Amino acid sequence: MRLTLKIWRQKSTHSEGYFESYKVEASENMSFLEMLDVLNERLISEKKEPIAFEHDCREGICGTCSMAINGRPHGPQTGTTVCQLHMRAYKDGETIVIEPFRAKAFPVIKDLVVDRSSFDRIIQSGGYISVNTGQATDGNSTPIEKGQASEAFDSATCIGCGACVAACPNGSAMLFTSAKINHLEKMPQGKVEHTRRVVNMINQMDKEGFGKCSNVGACHVECPKEIPLSNIAAMNRYYFSAVFTKE
Amino acid sequence: MSWIINFLKSSIGKKLVMSLTGLFLVTFLVVHLIGNLQLLMPDDGKAFNIYADFMSNNPIIKIISLGLYAGILLHAIQGMLIAFENRKAKGKKYAVTSFENGNWMSKNMALLGTLLFFFLAIHMGDFWVKMRFLDVLNMVSYPELDYEVKNVYERVNLAFENVWIVIVYLIGLLSLALHLIHGFKSAFVTLGLEHKKYSPLINAIGIVYSITIPLAYAAIPLYMFFSHQSHY
Ligand code: HEM
Ligand code: SF4
Ligand code: FES
Repeated sequence: MRLTLKIWRQKSTHSEGYFESYKVEASENMSFLEMLDVLNERLISEKKEPIAFEHDCREGICGTCSMAINGRPHGPQTGTTVCQLHMRAYKDGETIVIEPFRAKAFPVIKDLVVDRSSFDRIIQSGGYISVNTGQATDGNSTPIEKGQASEAFDSATCIGCGACVAACPNGSAMLFTSAKINHLEKMPQGKVEHTRRVVNMINQMDKEGFGKCSNVGACHVECPKEIPLSNIAAMNRYYFSAVFTKE
Repeated sequence: MSWIINFLKSSIGKKLVMSLTGLFLVTFLVVHLIGNLQLLMPDDGKAFNIYADFMSNNPIIKIISLGLYAGILLHAIQGMLIAFENRKAKGKKYAVTSFENGNWMSKNMALLGTLLFFFLAIHMGDFWVKMRFLDVLNMVSYPELDYEVKNVYERVNLAFENVWIVIVYLIGLLSLALHLIHGFKSAFVTLGLEHKKYSPLINAIGIVYSITIPLAYAAIPLYMFFSHQSHY
């Protein structure tokens, strides 16, 4: 299949970006990233600068591959990352616009690569537990009710890809932050930092310059792990209880 | 006390202010509507004028209305500040926009709010300022009262003879309906009130409220306008 790609090129964080058009031949069985690999091979052989994009696991678990395809983070499929998107989702002759994730707190490093270390700093501010949980056997000897374990797991599946922020018209990181908070809140091991965690993580989230949630719900639509929106309301509850009832 | 300041400066604190002031306005709209529907009684405005006189002289109502003005201003200013900060947090927009992500209302709360704000300014200028501060209203007396009251009914009736005023009101009420279709349920989520069991109920009440309340308000200018038309 023949495609026209309009790809965002930007030399560095502070330089001006622009769109450049490329024609590529792709097979329907290629993944989206493989299609970009083919284009990059060609650019390299033509002694041109290849397109910078991030990728690592290529199986939908690391959350590295970040780009907005025709305005949608991770492309048109629901519940998948870019590396899990295949060219059969497109028609011959189509034009595809590829842009980096857009948010103030995710500055572009180069082309399609953005700096998501703001997420790391949110995690550092409270996304951990301080108790020693021992070996695997110790984990199994801590009884946790199945429903609760499943809910915690639903939140824990967040891969920190940032699509929620990229999709949000407000550039808000509340789906990510709330998923990380709830995952730990629901586990007995996470109870120690109950008050501190939610306050510190929200403070850090605000400090990084993320926007404020308007309950639009775009984050959930684009999230490759389909993290439920209910995480956000739960985070608000924890926050109110921490601020109003605790020292 | 610094914890309160810190809370109000946090993203969730700012959202809480929006939610509580929004829900306060939602309750006010019901009370205001019940009072105003008296305009439609076939008594040449008697019930409404007596009610308007009570509302503008009762000290308790006066205190509540101060709270209302503060609430509207707080909601509008905070809303605009949030919208401004959010725009900054988004930074550059995508070249291609997808309509899959969120409905139009939820993404245009500030636009709808601004329309509402201008509508409120016109509404207050038209009735409230004239009622309170300018002596443009005629007095009228009723056998039940031993004093005269302002004939606010007459002023409202006159205003809604004008098709442009009616159109302004309809645009204002349409903005209100759209603002509330998203705002009503959003306010509960912000409060942390979200659950599989009761959220469908809240959402349903929100839709019913957002459609019926603005429609009932719209009935007033429409009824008055068309009853004028039929007089000619
Ligand atoms: C009778 C008038 C109004 C009512 C009943 C009302 C009601 C509401 C409600 C219930 C919300 C949802 C709060 C939440 O998401 O937590 C809301 C949000 C909002 N309102 Fe209003 N509102 C009114 C007028 C206004 C005005 C005059 C403005 C601005 C000039 C405004 C701007 C906003 C904005 C920007 C939001 C979104 C806040 C956010 O998403 O964070 N509203 N409103
Ligand atoms: S909540 Fe979803 S979209 Fe956001 S970072 Fe986690 S996995 Fe990615
Ligand atoms: S490369 Fe790891 S999720 Fe796509």
